[in-house]
Amino acid sequence: MIYNEKFECMSLEELKNVQSERLKKTVSYVYQYCPFYQKKFASHGISPKDIKTIDDIVKLPFTVKDDLRDNYPFGVLSMPLAQIAEIHVSSGTTGNPTVVGYSKEDIELWSEVMARAFCCAGGLPGDMVQVAYGYGLFTGGLGAHYGALKAGMTVIPCSSGQTKRQLKIMQDFKPRILACTPSYSLFMADEAKEIGMDCKKSSWEIGVFGAEPWSDSMRKEIESIWNLSATDIYGLSEIIGPGVAQECTHKDGLHLFSDVFYPEVINPKTGKEAKEGETGMLVLTHLTKTGMPLLRYQTRDIIKITHEKCRCGRTSPRISKILGRTDDMIIVRGINVFPSQIEEVLLRIEGTEPHYQLVVERPHGGLDELEVQVELKESFFSDEVKQLQHLSDKIRDEIESVLGIGVKVRLVEPKTIARSEGKAKRVIDKRNI
Amino acid sequence: MAKQINIFVDNRAGRIQKIAESMSLANINIRALAIQDRGEFGLVKLIVNKPDKAVLALQEKGFACGIKDVLAVVMEDKPGGLYQLLKTFPEEGVNILDAYGFAAETIKGSVFFIEVKDPAQMTAFLQGKGYKVLTDQEIYEL
Repeated sequence: MIYNEKFECMSLEELKNVQSERLKKTVSYVYQYCPFYQKKFASHGISPKDIKTIDDIVKLPFTVKDDLRDNYPFGVLSMPLAQIAEIHVSSGTTGNPTVVGYSKEDIELWSEVMARAFCCAGGLPGDMVQVAYGYGLFTGGLGAHYGALKAGMTVIPCSSGQTKRQLKIMQDFKPRILACTPSYSLFMADEAKEIGMDCKKSSWEIGVFGAEPWSDSMRKEIESIWNLSATDIYGLSEIIGPGVAQECTHKDGLHLFSDVFYPEVINPKTGKEAKEGETGMLVLTHLTKTGMPLLRYQTRDIIKITHEKCRCGRTSPRISKILGRTDDMIIVRGINVFPSQIEEVLLRIEGTEPHYQLVVERPHGGLDELEVQVELKESFFSDEVKQLQHLSDKIRDEIESVLGIGVKVRLVEPKTIARSEGKAKRVIDKRNI
Repeated sequence: MAKQINIFVDNRAGRIQKIAESMSLANINIRALAIQDRGEFGLVKLIVNKPDKAVLALQEKGFACGIKDVLAVVMEDKPGGLYQLLKTFPEEGVNILDAYGFAAETIKGSVFFIEVKDPAQMTAFLQGKGYKVLTDQEIYEL
């Protein structure tokens, strides 16, 4: 079902007019209300008058993650804090996390795009949705929740974890849709087998899986284990959370809701537009957000885009799965992890060099595991094994409090982490994605 | 006082061999060796004839290591010998952090290496009880 046929199937010409009008409005809006953009416009010698159509977007300066960090916590808002309805937080590269403020209208927008996403995946009003994304500062749980409500579905707000209870709820309530990270769906399958459940008989017919990278082979595995249709959803908290783009039942790219989030694909080195079908960094502009609209926000996600109309009838452009990152961020159990965050912790702790490596693994049928290997200083001397254990525990505790997810810390001998050209490779991703 | 070298090692194949190799190349004689295992890592503890030189050789190979004073107590090589010695520790309220020992033919007895918090205090105490505590020179000459 197409939730909002007017906008999702609009002719490209009409869509362009809508985008142009909305962009002009948003640019004037942030120019009027957001000191951060007033300064940015001034330093780039640009004013709202220069933006007449959507094609003029290239005249606008980019916004990057560091802008959000530098203006922590509320410096990028375009409205007084008192009018902000909800705040979400995700990882920053170092120090301060990334804060996103949503106005009441933004929550409505989020509900709308997530309703579109559920319907795009094959959902219908009246369906029951089991939301097994985490509820909280992470956008996954509440985003799915709002969208399901908006689409007229019945929500079971399970959040993540308590797997046996999730399975019982599925068996007893018979929800048609499961929304969670793809790896959690496999984790649940292992638990299900342990208690002798026949996964093929599950009530779930549709999976809306996202918040972490996954492959087509993983899709096949999930589909065959649970006997459902596994679809991919894309989003990032800076833009809205989940609901930026979603696969339809043809699973031929993710439909990006471009009447509200305008996509550009740029060459990350030159900042120039990439050609159709070329890979590049996805850059997104809010066309209707009011709490914290961002212009030309660099997502650092590498994708391909196509503007061809899809067999489903939607005209929105489609993006590929995430093909890579322009930075070394990794996503572990739905949480963004930057090596720089780990480095900061290690520098604070005596006895360790900032020589470290992150090893991510996805055990079969399990959740991603993050191991932080830390080199001991050569001069470091510990009288006792107990003290080494203490050091290792301390590193683990501090990293966990910064990242908000469990990690394993492993102390290794000096100079055992491979250096390439004097610089260590920080991330070893052993997940087959 | 006896000097013990503590070496941090990952639990990987070939690490102790690597230590032995660097001792061999530096012409250092290992008198005793013990391993304290903690799963993914451990400490290798060495008693050698030239501790300072050994530490330099190990550091050159990239090992994290250090020197620590330990007690080298001579005891009778017969049943109950260790028990008699250890009985005295609670009297002094001293906790043993780690210990290992070997029988030495030349002194017709055993040498027991003991890690405690304050080795100097414990040396005086054990000597008061009539035990012989070896100096580092005496250990190398065993």
